[in-house]
Formats: sequence, structure tokens, C-alpha cells
Amino acid sequence: MSTAQSYQLVCGLEIHAELKTASKMFCGCKNDPFHAPQPNCYTCPVCLGLPGALPVANKRAIEWTIKLGLALGCKINLFSKFDRKHYYYPDLPKGYQISQYDIPFCADGVLETSEGPVRITRIHLEEDTGKLLHKTIDGQQVSLIDFNRSSVPLVEIVSEPDIRSPQQAKEYAKKIREILRALDIADCDMEQGGMRLEANTSLKESDAAELPKYKVEVKNINSFRFLEQAIAYEITRQTVLLTGRTTPAQETRGFNPEKVETFSQRAKESAEDYRYFPDPDLPPLRFTSEQIEVWRTELPELPAQRVHRWMETFHLERRFAESLSGNREQAIIIDELFVQASKLDCNLNKLAAAIENKRIAVPESKNEVAVVLETYLTTLQTNTVDSTAITPIITQVLADNPDLVTKYTSGQKQVIGFLMGQVLRQLTDKPDPKELQNLIVSILQQGN
Amino acid sequence: MTNKLNTLTLAEYLAGITEKRFTAAEVQQAVHSEIAAKNSQFNIYLQVSDTQDAAPSDLPLAAAPIAIKDNILTKGTVTTASSKLLEAFNPPYSATIIDKLHSAGASVVGKTNLDAWAHGSSTETSDFGRTLNPRNPDYLPGGSSGGSAAAVAADLCIAAIGTETAGSIRQPAAWCGTVGFKPTYGRVSRYGIVAMASSTDSPGPITKTVEDSAIVLNHIAGHDPLDSTTVPVPVPDYTSYLGKSIKGLRIGLLYQDVAGLEAVNEKIEDAARELERLGAVVTTSKALDPHFAISVYTIAQRAEVSSNLARFDGIRFGHDRTYFAAEAKRRIMLGTYTLAKGYAEKYYLTAQKVRTLFMQDYERLFVDYDLLIHPTSPGFAKKIGATEGASMFGELEDMLAEPSSVTGLPGVSVPCYRNEKTNLFLGLNIIAPRFREDLLFSAADAYEKATGWNTWRTP
Repeated sequence: MSTAQSYQLVCGLEIHAELKTASKMFCGCKNDPFHAPQPNCYTCPVCLGLPGALPVANKRAIEWTIKLGLALGCKINLFSKFDRKHYYYPDLPKGYQISQYDIPFCADGVLETSEGPVRITRIHLEEDTGKLLHKTIDGQQVSLIDFNRSSVPLVEIVSEPDIRSPQQAKEYAKKIREILRALDIADCDMEQGGMRLEANTSLKESDAAELPKYKVEVKNINSFRFLEQAIAYEITRQTVLLTGRTTPAQETRGFNPEKVETFSQRAKESAEDYRYFPDPDLPPLRFTSEQIEVWRTELPELPAQRVHRWMETFHLERRFAESLSGNREQAIIIDELFVQASKLDCNLNKLAAAIENKRIAVPESKNEVAVVLETYLTTLQTNTVDSTAITPIITQVLADNPDLVTKYTSGQKQVIGFLMGQVLRQLTDKPDPKELQNLIVSILQQGN
Repeated sequence: MTNKLNTLTLAEYLAGITEKRFTAAEVQQAVHSEIAAKNSQFNIYLQVSDTQDAAPSDLPLAAAPIAIKDNILTKGTVTTASSKLLEAFNPPYSATIIDKLHSAGASVVGKTNLDAWAHGSSTETSDFGRTLNPRNPDYLPGGSSGGSAAAVAADLCIAAIGTETAGSIRQPAAWCGTVGFKPTYGRVSRYGIVAMASSTDSPGPITKTVEDSAIVLNHIAGHDPLDSTTVPVPVPDYTSYLGKSIKGLRIGLLYQDVAGLEAVNEKIEDAARELERLGAVVTTSKALDPHFAISVYTIAQRAEVSSNLARFDGIRFGHDRTYFAAEAKRRIMLGTYTLAKGYAEKYYLTAQKVRTLFMQDYERLFVDYDLLIHPTSPGFAKKIGATEGASMFGELEDMLAEPSSVTGLPGVSVPCYRNEKTNLFLGLNIIAPRFREDLLFSAADAYEKATGWNTWRTP
């Protein structure tokens, strides 16, 4: 009997993110579909696809797309254009979507993950569609179309099939979101569809050189957890098929979060013919390398860069650097904390640990950093507990709180926190918390 | 009987209003009487506005009655593009050029007939019946702006607006014996005009005289922030180029060697001699064979048409796609085919490359010449019924206009001959480099004033 063939995941992700420009991609309508007070109130002839309407490209959206490309190490095409992508669907008012075909703004980038680099094939800009809502009105099943979302700018990030595990897929997607938020160009609210994930998955024999001849597309995944689960399910499902000498069908599948399974949606024998051609209503765009470099200098510090800087400058351990740099707003404040702390004689890794263990709360703003730092440092410079001076205070506190003493002795150890607080209130020089706690406990035990 | 105020040119109208020789209301009245008398026979207007209170006459166009081709959206009035599919479409907005005309004080007389969706060169393929040529009702007015050209020829307006994708302003103007002016692509906004071929569509004036076209163009030209293909080139006062000498102007005479043009080329030769008498230097020159432009235009245009008509998805606008008539369906199918996977490279891409060859050919010619001339149309207006069963009618008829249309150059057609027996006209087509409408106005105006072909100018 031969040994079981081992298969390796071959996975690429397509991520769509709505850019948070003030107006839509090709018209001046307000770009805020999630908070619109009612359907079809942020519309105009252009995003409704009325006869005679013409698109005008949103400059900021283009600038942001290019900055995203720079942040992901892409080459920027100095000549680019918009193309029409034709297909029929009720939420696509013109019968075509303005997108980019063969000359996207950005190409050939890379994102590092803990399981290796994932190459980015391309990043392009397109317009979003309207939204269909299926309802029953007067006993009739109808589909209603809301065009508030029609023509909102959408950036599409396509990766090479370099992803090798569900965990890596999740890490990649999370890092993409971090970067989008660090650049402040997208909110990526996945529940609202502000960020959408699609995974192309297949399996190859571990020793095979070429890519598999099929791929299964899993769509409409709107959380990182579902992404991981969907890919894991596909690995299992495809393994079973391949082991049984069946090539998985080339198709599109959806994900059912309740059953934690993917399910077949539509067979894809060949790619749909979108009849792409350059949109004659939008002249092509030409950038200069000087312009691109100016945009490069405007990039804020990205998460990966901050991790690197914290490790280099502050000698922070990688695990602290990575865990504390995820949330952009917090990271900026923590950075200030480190900057100030490094000027004083402070062990930054200990400080980082304290932040992680929530012994220090991250201040709301940079202004509060000095105060928080001072408090922390004071707790470090603790005097050893002077039991003679403190014991009477402790005794008094215990006498004032007989019910808590009873609770403690009957097993509710957590009341020690409150008792400690009461003692600390009366002390100007704060002792080491651990030592104080030990002292209180010993007095309590003595009392028994 | 009308008081003939409807036969005024736009310039005469504006002068008369200023000098208080008549009122805007009186002219409107005359125009509407003539419409009442003639429209049912000639089928020029699909819709006529109610006579309105004349706009304040201190505005530059002083309530001048202008006819508008029905593929140009007018808010509050049904706009059909002469297709039954849009017979109930009441647009919620107006085209930019309509807003501009309104701001200048013009008054819209009504919406004129066209080949449905502007697909045609005869106005015979309108879903609402053909328009007849006012010069001779046994003949067609040309198209697709046949209604607008006929409105001018029949004095059912003071001036008109048409659109040209390849010949659709100049050819009906020629067939109806009027002036037809196609500006440079990007000179006039397309916002609010039912798109046909987005890369060549150009709105422009169809008028009684060259001067009238200059006046109209002054008001409709200009960069539009709603149309990315308009260009921020400043709009000069086009009337300042009228009455100028054309001494020394170098003019190239094209297509003298093209087969099938023998009858008209004789008359164009006469026109060339006339221009020489006015001081221009006219020499015959060779250009890229316009027959190639037929393929370029057919493919590029139908591809863009199939795309532009995709929005009529049957969910909105009142009617579904079965309301497309035969010609529209043919063009959609052919356009879809030439963009299809496996064919786009062979057809669409190749057509675009040949288009570049035409652009280069003109660049070459404009080194040696300031202007180029040739016949607008291969012949006189055709008899009614001529387009039946002739599915490539338009492309063949417009062969001579297609090169300058697909390359975005400005061109004007002025009457250069009238057949006394049939009362039908030939048009002289003058072409200039991009944004050199000034040269067109100078040459066309000089020619018009020196010859007797314009029926509104006393010789």
C-alpha cells in the first residue's frame, strides 16, 4: 500500500476595499452608503447610469491607490487607464463597470508574513455597484436596488497564489487591513462590506513543481475567522477528492458560517468574457516619477516599519513590537511613551510587558503620556514595605471592613484588591504592590 | 400667412431685437405658425414646446427659437433619441449645452427627429417615421440630424443644434442646403447627450449662415467639469473671424482620385476656383483612402454603441430591449462581436491602430496646408426609401466625413451648388486642425459671401 500523498495549499487572495473619499469615484455624490438616511439619496445621473451621463475620475482615490501600491512595494505604472468591464446585473446601472484591465495603477508588490512573503500581482481601482435588497412586499417577492453605493471607489488587491496555510491567509488579510487603516484610506468595516475577501484555492502534490490545473474560488467571506475556516474546509474537501483521483471542479463556492462549510454556487468552465476596452469617456492618465516620489514621501510610517524601528531603536523584542503596533491610533501613542521612556532610565521591554498585561492603560492622547509614565516609574521606585508604619493602617482597614474579611477567609480572595486600594489611599509613598499584598494577607491570616 | 419673421437668420434676429424692429414673441409666433403649417407633412419635430413668455431680451440670445435634436436631454420634456424604447423617458436633468443655451437666453422650440439612437445618415430609420427634405419632399434630409437640418431649411426655427459621430451634422446640412458645423472633439460638452460613439460624438450648430454657427458656437463651446473629454482651451469670440481675408491661405483639395465621386468633384473644383479668386492657394493633394475609414468607423463605433446601449437594461426607462428596432440591434450585435474574446484584437484593436494612421496622415497634410476641402457627401440627397434593405447605408454615405470624425478634427459644410431641376444641394466640406475653428469660420464665411448658394443671403 502506498503512503498517502501529501498535498500543499496553493492559495491567492483577492481583497476589495472601499476607499473613504468624500465623494464617489466618478461623480460628486457623497460617498457614505453605510450611513445614508435612506436608499437612493446619494445619487446623480452619473452613478445612476442615466443616458448622457459621463464619468469624471476622483483624483484623491487615484492618489490613494498609488500610495497603497507604494506601501506594498509595487511598481507604479506611469501610464494607466480605465477600462469598461461589461456584464449584466441589476445593480450595475450602465451595464458595465468602469475598472482597470491590463494596465493597473500598481503591480508587482510584496507583503511579508511570518510564513514567508506573499507577492502582490496588482492593485487597481474600480467603481462599486449598487446594492440589491430582497424583500416581500404585498406578498410578492421583489428585489429592490439601492444606488447609494453605486460608483463608490473600490480598490482591488490581487495576490499571487503564494499562501500556504489558512493562518497565513488570515495574517495576510489582517496586515492588508492594517496598512489600509495606517494610510487612513479605508475603514475596512467587514460587516458592512467595506472590505471583502475572496480566496482562490487549490492543492498541489507537495513535490510537484507546477501549479495545479484547477482553482476553486471562495467568495463572500466577510470575516477573518470565516476566511480561515473556509480555506481549512477547502483543504479537507479537495484532499478527499484528489485522493480519490478526482480533480475538484473549477467553480465558485460560497461559505456557510453556521455549517462551517463551503458550497457550490456556480460552475466556471472558462472566464467570463467581459469585452474589456479602454473607456473613451476617461482620457488615460500619465504620471511623472517625480510625482510618485512626492507621494512616497507623504506615506505615514507603516506597521512593518514601526516594528522594525522599535526593534532597532528601542531594542524591543519582536513579540512586543508586533503585538503593540497593530492598532494604529494606539501605536502612535505607545510610540510616544517609548520615546519619552527611553530618555529616562527605563527598561522598555518591561514597560512593553506592563502595557501588554494591562498594568498600564494606554493613554487616550499623547498629552497624557508624561503623566502615565511618571505613575509607572513611581510604582517601580517603590520603597520596601515599612511594616511598622503600615501595619496599623492595614489593621484599621480590616477593622472597618469586617464583611470583606469574612469573604476573604471564606475563599473570595479577590476582595484583597479592594482592601489594598483602601490601604494605598492612605499612603503617600506607594509601596511595591506585591509586598503590600503579602503583608495584608499575612495580617489576615494572623487574624484567624 | 406668416409675416416671414421665421425666415430670419440668427444674426438678423438678434440685430432686429436690439433695434426693436420686432419682438421675440412675434418671431415665436411666426415660427409656430410655420410649424403648424408644415410639420405634419415633413415630420421635422417630434415635440414642439408651448409658446413661452420670451426670455428677457438683454440676454445675448434674446429668446431666439432654437431647434434641438432629440438625443439631447431636456429636463422636463420627453427625450426619445427617436426610439420607441425611450418614448416615455422624461429626463431629470438637461444636457450642459442646453443649460448654457438657456443661460444665454435661447428658447427651445422643440425636439427634432433623427435616425433612432443617431444610427444612420438619412433620418429614415427613426422609430417615429422619416423626415422629408424641405428642399424637395421626394427626398431624404440626410442624418442622423435630419430633423434639425430640415428645421433650418424649412425656417421652422432660427437655428438648430445637431450632433455628429461621423457626418451626422455635416451631411444632413449638405443635403438640406444649410450650414453644418462640427467642432473639434472636446470643444463642446457631451454631458447629457445620449451617447452613440463616445470617442467621436460632437454636438454642434446647424444654421442658415456661417455667421449664425459662429454665434451659436460662442455659447455652447467650452470646458465642462462634467465631461472629462472636454479640453480647457479658452473659447475665443468666433464671430471675430468672420469677414476676414483668406489671402495666402493654403488649401489642400482631397479625394479627387476617389472612384464614384466624379459628379460631385466637378462642383468641388468650381468651389476650389472660387476660393482661389478669394486669394487662397489651392492644390490637389493625396490623402489616405477614405474607404479605410469606413472599417475604422464601423468597428469602433459599433463597439462603443454596443457598450453605451447596455444601460437600457429593461429595468428602467419604461421599455425593455425588444423596443430596439432592427438597426440598433444589428449594431449592438456587431459591436459585441468585435469586442468579444478572440476577436477584439483582430477587429477593435486593429481599427484603433488604423485610426492612428489617419491622425498621422492629417498631421502630414497640415504641414503643407492650413485647411483641406472635399465634397461633404458622395452625391445629392437620396430619394425616400433609399435606405430600406441597405444596412451599411450610413457608413458608405458618410465615407468622406468619417476620416475627420474619427480623428476629432473640426469641419464645416457649406452649400456649394444647387441643382435647379431638383432643388437639391451639394455641400463643400472644409476641415481644419484641432481647435482651429477660427480658420474654418474665415474660409467658410468668405466663400459663402462670395457665392450665391446660400438661400438666406441676398446675392
